Amino acid sequence: MLAGSGHSVTVIEQDPRMLDRLGEGHGCRTVVGNGLDEDVMEAAGIREADAFFTVTRGDNTNLMAAQIAQLRFKVARVCAKVNDPLRAAEYRKLGVLCISPNLLTAGMMQSWLLEEPFRSVDSYNELEEVEKVT
Amino acid sequence: MYVVVVGGGKVGTYLAKRLLSEDKEVLILEKDPDQHAVLQAQFREIAMLGDGCEVRVQKTAGFQRADVVVAVTGEDEDNLIISQMASRTWGVDRTVARVNDPSHTWLFQQVGVSATVSATDVIYHLIEQEISPGQLIPLAALKMGNIEVVEATLTSRSPSVGRRVKDLELPPKSNIVWMHRGDEGTIVNGETELQAGDLVVALVPTEHEAKLREIL
Repeated sequence: MLAGSGHSVTVIEQDPRMLDRLGEGHGCRTVVGNGLDEDVMEAAGIREADAFFTVTRGDNTNLMAAQIAQLRFKVARVCAKVNDPLRAAEYRKLGVLCISPNLLTAGMMQSWLLEEPFRSVDSYNELEEVEKVT
Repeated sequence: MYVVVVGGGKVGTYLAKRLLSEDKEVLILEKDPDQHAVLQAQFREIAMLGDGCEVRVQKTAGFQRADVVVAVTGEDEDNLIISQMASRTWGVDRTVARVNDPSHTWLFQQVGVSATVSATDVIYHLIEQEISPGQLIPLAALKMGNIEVVEATLTSRSPSVGRRVKDLELPPKSNIVWMHRGDEGTIVNGETELQAGDLVVALVPTEHEAKLREIL
């Protein structure tokens, strides 16, 4: 999506076979390696990056990668996928935009059911919503 | 003293045993049910099944009243998040984390983990000691400013032997602070003349450790 809208995108992926899923003509640069490895991050050009997204399956992996990007490479905008809403709330305080896909999906489904207009990402992500859920 | 150990592998198990033998109150958290069963056979009720990264598990485990939380799972990312949550969410004063990849140590220190332990680093240092004639043994790394406390035993081949401490041209911000000669330990000053067989203790910034080794 980002590459399609004219941004320069690099994808870091540990498993080269997964990169096939990007399909052809995706327009992204790809780097094979561990995203927690600072050398790999540098090879991916993180020093020039305006934004860093970390979206692996592991919450802690994403949070660690986000903090490396934030603290070592001073990337201005860092966003992590964090499934656990409580962990997400804690790290949002530290300036990492944490998005909890499950919470977001559940919130949007609820909005659809109640026939209310869809709200902003933040409002679905908020801790008050979490407390209602938990 | 209440100590929560997260990760019931070999390190966690031996640590829990050791702490128990010193009459500390211990809880050992393990997320794998099979490994937890093994722990339960040995530790009974102080082995708890659960993912130490989850807030609810942390609450049940009593992070809020823990004096120390030790994160010794096999994954650096888990150890980082566990110790960070322990101090941020639960206000635990002392957190200790195992770091498998030493290149991540800076991150643990920067986010406020009280102490980090890296077997990789320790083994590396031991190998270094075997091959370097200076025999500089790191005793402790002080958190502030990357200062290390090191110990060295001088031999007849040591370049520093027969010279006064003030003539040694020690690296910046470092000093020899203490010495053990024969049966006696003394504070070292500039006039102290070093002899073969002296065991000296020095403070040195990590980046100048190699230089100090050359001089000694």
